[in-house]
Amino acid sequence: MTLLDIRDLRVAFPGRGFRAAPVEVLHGVSLQVAQGETLGLVGESGSGKTTIGRAVLGLVGPSGGTIHFEGREISGLQGRKRRGLSDDIQVVFQDPYSSLNPSMTIGDTLAEPLVTQGATQRDARARVRGLLDQVGLPSDAVERLPREFSGGQRQRVAIARALGPKPKLIVCDEPVSALDLTTQTLVMDLLVDIQRQTGVAYLFISHDLTVIRHISHRVAVLYRGDLVETGPAVDVTSRPQHSYTKTLLMAAPVADPGEQRRRRLERKAATALAVK
Amino acid sequence: MTQLVSLPNTEAIATARGAASRTPIWRKLLRDPQAVITVSILVVIFAMGILTPIIALHGPNESDLSMVNAPPGTAGYPFGADESGRDIFSRLLHSINTAAIAALLGTGVALAVGVAAGLIGGYFGRVTRASTEWLFSLIMTFPGLLLLIILMPVTGGDYRITMLIFGVLLAPGIYRIVRNLVLGVKNELYVDAARVSGVGTVRILGRHVLTVVRGPIIIAAAFMGGSTIAVQSGLAFLGVGSLAIPSFGSMIASGFRNLYIAPTQFLWPSLLLGLITASLVLLGNSLRDAFEGSKPKPSKVGAGQRVKDSSNAPAEPAPGALLTIRDLVIAYPTPSGRLNEVVLGVDLEIAKGEVLGLVGESGSGKSQTAFATLGVLPNEAVITAGSIVFEGRELIGLSDAAMRPLRGKEIAYIPQEPMSNLDPSYRVGSQLVEGLRAALPISKKEAKSRVLALLERCGINDPARTFDSYPHQISGGMAQRVLIAGAVASRPKLLIADEPTTALDVTVQAEILDLLRDLQTELDMAVLIVTHNFGVVADLCDRIAVMRQGKIVESGSADEVFHDPQHEYTKALLGAILDEATYRTDPPAQLQAQGGIA
Repeated sequence: MTLLDIRDLRVAFPGRGFRAAPVEVLHGVSLQVAQGETLGLVGESGSGKTTIGRAVLGLVGPSGGTIHFEGREISGLQGRKRRGLSDDIQVVFQDPYSSLNPSMTIGDTLAEPLVTQGATQRDARARVRGLLDQVGLPSDAVERLPREFSGGQRQRVAIARALGPKPKLIVCDEPVSALDLTTQTLVMDLLVDIQRQTGVAYLFISHDLTVIRHISHRVAVLYRGDLVETGPAVDVTSRPQHSYTKTLLMAAPVADPGEQRRRRLERKAATALAVK
Repeated sequence: MTQLVSLPNTEAIATARGAASRTPIWRKLLRDPQAVITVSILVVIFAMGILTPIIALHGPNESDLSMVNAPPGTAGYPFGADESGRDIFSRLLHSINTAAIAALLGTGVALAVGVAAGLIGGYFGRVTRASTEWLFSLIMTFPGLLLLIILMPVTGGDYRITMLIFGVLLAPGIYRIVRNLVLGVKNELYVDAARVSGVGTVRILGRHVLTVVRGPIIIAAAFMGGSTIAVQSGLAFLGVGSLAIPSFGSMIASGFRNLYIAPTQFLWPSLLLGLITASLVLLGNSLRDAFEGSKPKPSKVGAGQRVKDSSNAPAEPAPGALLTIRDLVIAYPTPSGRLNEVVLGVDLEIAKGEVLGLVGESGSGKSQTAFATLGVLPNEAVITAGSIVFEGRELIGLSDAAMRPLRGKEIAYIPQEPMSNLDPSYRVGSQLVEGLRAALPISKKEAKSRVLALLERCGINDPARTFDSYPHQISGGMAQRVLIAGAVASRPKLLIADEPTTALDVTVQAEILDLLRDLQTELDMAVLIVTHNFGVVADLCDRIAVMRQGKIVESGSADEVFHDPQHEYTKALLGAILDEATYRTDPPAQLQAQGGIA
């Protein structure tokens, strides 16, 4: 069942300077995310992948196209109506340092969305303990401030905050890019576990094809505001059809000197061929 | 998804260290003698003001003609009496209250108007911001003191109404502070997260935004309190407003008229006024230190890195080694004054023309080791032990002047963030020419032609155009090429690259790695690459050193380390690499029954 249905999404930002023409960063992107599924959205900087996520979250307004969530048009919603969606759509941002308010304790940060949804302080407290447990943090974290935690732990807090309202979709905007390798795998395992337990769907945005390959059921490749390829993760990341996806795949260095040497020569041969 | 290799949990649960550094503001203020003294002075003065009805000996305007210009010490007139025979002591006490009310009204209005408008103007969209901006710019153009005098007929000479108006005139200052802070906070991700969580605008402003702007507002309020009192006194001194209100200004004016007859009349109100305003300003400074932290001590320029004990004998370099690091220990002072060691005895060797990868996770000390070799550790850092020998010369303990011929010429550097390492106000070309001429004795013209050739060599298609560009006009990958061109311009023997491709897109990263490899072979440079990316290491390095918590746990040739890792940590790191053959295989999850999470 399709949970999120993006059709022909266009987003333009106002140009710099007086009466400058707006700059379009998404030129009509269509995407679907099913219930309980992870859609990996991969692209390089400036491809517009983050903008898609922000449009779904209602943080930027689209200039064209539609976004349907459970069959309901959500792209133009404002104020109270938009806030009503916050039980269903949540977010985990890339930077675990600026995504938590430095002056609020972890407990307050986690309780805020719950209280906003109408939970009593006592219920919220109990739920916060459950959430901390779910993401593998000790319950005494409630009284602490974000700066007392490492990057990986902060990202766990951000995941717990997103889980609070029991959403059906979480937009994950590069959630593991700022983390160390070992922490990265732990956080990804956590995300997969949570998905299996709860059936939440992820729109998983990343620049890293290896991360996308591990966590996604389906993959969409974005290049300069256009979708160039969509399909099951296995197909897109091992038998790419589009030349840009091939380039992307070939450019990622492998952690094996021999294999990397082979790939390098292959890539150089491919570029030499392209030049001819 | 296939089972990922199980790993030792490197996320140590936060220690109690963080809790200790959480000092409340009032406690910081208590430790600052300036704050304690000024607060005490202000408390004593304003307490006397409150107690006026009890301790004043006379009413503020009660005059006794027999006491005109009575000298200090007259019975019932401790400070004497003024030209109208009014008790100076009692009038001083009443003036304190006038000053306090003036300060509260003026500052209160300025804060209320400025903070509210600043929050609205900073948080909401373009139109709202433009109109508040316009309004407050208009208010700022009013000549304050003059306006207050002209409005006298409207205020009826009541200083309280005058101070309310003055408060509005002060508001733009507060407005600007708050608006700028809000503009900064508004784009923080945690504000976005709160919006996604359905938190309403008013609550976001109150909870997430106001807490951040609180400190600067309190500081500004202390300064404004001082200036409102000064302005109120100034107006009274000029004789503007009701003469019946006792205030420092009118008392100073009266004392001024009698300066030759009774010089002390002028002294008392001036002293008290000075004491109050000076205390408020100094308190404002203390508050700033407490909220924003006092500035670190300026560093001594040119002294080089701090070394605790330079008596160490230089290491005996291995034959053929270009750079030898032995037992290097780097420490940072903690707030309690002890030294906290972040690099604990590192040994490294790089042979001529060799590429060494220094790998580790964040906080492992790999960048600190590289910075120490370049001689650019932060000022607080102390090298407590060890030796760094480059071509037979000990680098530890060298002054900046002694280091200069090496840096840029023999040892070059490529940073992680190419953009922040180019000066935005100079053209790319002139920065490269400057660097090259600092390293080599060549003419400007020769330097330019060399730089152009280098830019072309580094894969820049239109070198002349890039040469004349400003840094913001080129892309991140291009900027990194420019910096690489600058680094290899003087044909260095050792190139230190700190995460040279981390900030770049993967396709650009591949090109930069190709370029680095080609240049390395061409110039036969030794390269020290600091990175956390094993792909980069596999692509470039001959040898690998793995660092963890300030120590090197394993080193060896690239093939050895990749295919036969010895140390547990290396195995764990290699195991954490996401390989290319595993895909997620489980089907999309089923949604649990309503309210299924947790």
